[in-house]
Amino acid sequence: MALEVSIRKKFSGFCLDTEFTTDGGCMGILGASGCGKSMTLKCIAGIEKPTEGRIVLNGQVLFDSEKKIDVSVQQRRIGYLFQNYALFPTMTVEENLSIAMPGKKEEKRRKIESYIKKFQLTGLEKRYPSQLSGGQQQRVALARMLLCEPQILMLDEPFSALDGFLKDTLQMEMLELIREFSGDVLMVTHSRDEVFKFCDHMVLLSEGNCILKGKTAEIFANPGYMEAARLTGCKNISPIEKISDYELYATAWKIRLKTAEKIEDYIRYVGIRGHRLVPLPDKTGENVMKIKQAGYSETPFEKQFLFCNAEDESSERIWWMKKKESFLAESQEKFPSYMQFPKEHLMLLR
Amino acid sequence: MLEIMKNIDWSPLFISLKTGILATIFAFFLGVAAARMIMRLNNTAKVVVDGILTLPLVLPPTVAGFFLLLLFSLRRPFGKFLMTQFDIKIVQTWPGCVIAALVIAFPLMYRNARAAFEQVDVNVIYAGRTLGMSERKIFWKIVVPMAGPGLASGTVLAFARAIGEYGATSMLAGNILGKTRTVSVAIASEVAAGNWDVAGFWVCVIVMISFVIVALINFVSGKNIKNVNRWM
Repeated sequence: MALEVSIRKKFSGFCLDTEFTTDGGCMGILGASGCGKSMTLKCIAGIEKPTEGRIVLNGQVLFDSEKKIDVSVQQRRIGYLFQNYALFPTMTVEENLSIAMPGKKEEKRRKIESYIKKFQLTGLEKRYPSQLSGGQQQRVALARMLLCEPQILMLDEPFSALDGFLKDTLQMEMLELIREFSGDVLMVTHSRDEVFKFCDHMVLLSEGNCILKGKTAEIFANPGYMEAARLTGCKNISPIEKISDYELYATAWKIRLKTAEKIEDYIRYVGIRGHRLVPLPDKTGENVMKIKQAGYSETPFEKQFLFCNAEDESSERIWWMKKKESFLAESQEKFPSYMQFPKEHLMLLR
Repeated sequence: MLEIMKNIDWSPLFISLKTGILATIFAFFLGVAAARMIMRLNNTAKVVVDGILTLPLVLPPTVAGFFLLLLFSLRRPFGKFLMTQFDIKIVQTWPGCVIAALVIAFPLMYRNARAAFEQVDVNVIYAGRTLGMSERKIFWKIVVPMAGPGLASGTVLAFARAIGEYGATSMLAGNILGKTRTVSVAIASEVAAGNWDVAGFWVCVIVMISFVIVALINFVSGKNIKNVNRWM
């Protein structure tokens, strides 16, 4: 089971150039809006035509610009879950499921019945898509797709249209339904949480280019690239000037930092995740900055502070995240005066 | 009033209805086909073809009638060809009524169909394709039902236009009682002859028919589109 993609598509002012291979399991494509994620899926599905390149799915060539192969969308047998689910609005749930399904009438009906049960759509057979909730619509779309027995599933921002409250439950349900699927799954998202949750492997797209691919956990631990660090949720990134092999000057933060890793010549940035910073009462140890609070906000489980270098207020603001012990307003603790940038958590980026 | 009805020749009513219904049927299929075809063209070709297809809507009907005469007149090549090869005569005949009404009603159908097709969410069509549905099936089972309200209103307008057509009809088909005299033509000639009461009778008839049919189609299409969310 494998999908090999190597395509280029030119637009005026934008060029999509992606290359990756899946080998079983769920693969995530992470990128900011407008970076070409959906376009990549559309090219694989055959909805859009790449300018050049090659797409091979399970040994079958779907597209090859040199050999002039371009298999029609219908024959590619790719299950595509659209962002808005794209249910047929003039048909009931039942009709939506049966319209595209191949096979004999009796057999179809049995199969549809079992899917309706499995996807918890019992009682909704005669409803129209506009009478369903977002989660129900998604399940209909999933069932419709799986009933056509696709070779691969492609999910385009599957959770972006759902509200936060139900998202977690729906994600778990969907994870289970997808696990039963034997082929590969390709998922496009801009959410690092979703990639981390669903995908063993991931590709990072930035402005149409694949900048990084590999195991999800490894990429999160060591992003290597500035764009990758940003997309995986690192808020604090500064350009650097190299001082020596193990010391650098972070120009945005106005501080010298010692590093655990050797600073290679191609390193251009340093980053640190907000929750890796260590508050200190005084200036002891390495990589410590005297700080001044510049902002504060709260999420249900986290406090988020913004601070800047007290010795140079032109420095860029830095995020510090702290787990909350309780939802109730804690007695105003004193904001620390110093902050340490532990060198084992500094990420050297290019 | 009753006296008028006793002495009246009902033929214009039947000719009008026959013409309107037949022209609307043709306009429906041609309009849908044209709308479907034009969506596949590139933008420049779209503008040109759309302009040509819409022209009869903007032109005075007599101008359309003039062109039709130019085409079908027995003294012109195409008209002569039809007459000698197929023994078909368009000018001053009932088929002429239908053709005149069709030409005038077609743009309304075509424009409404096109607007309705363009409203259809393109992702739904893509979804149909990825599910392996043929283009023909996608068109008839998904696109046409989704465009239903627009198609229905196009049909209503086309019918209203076809049944009321006067200018092009009178030029191409003339005014032969029992053959090509439609209600609209009858109204004009009755007024010209000073028969105001007969003309008034026909006016009432046409108002009633138009109203009934528009109400009927609105009712039918309203039933079909209940399951589509609209902004009101």
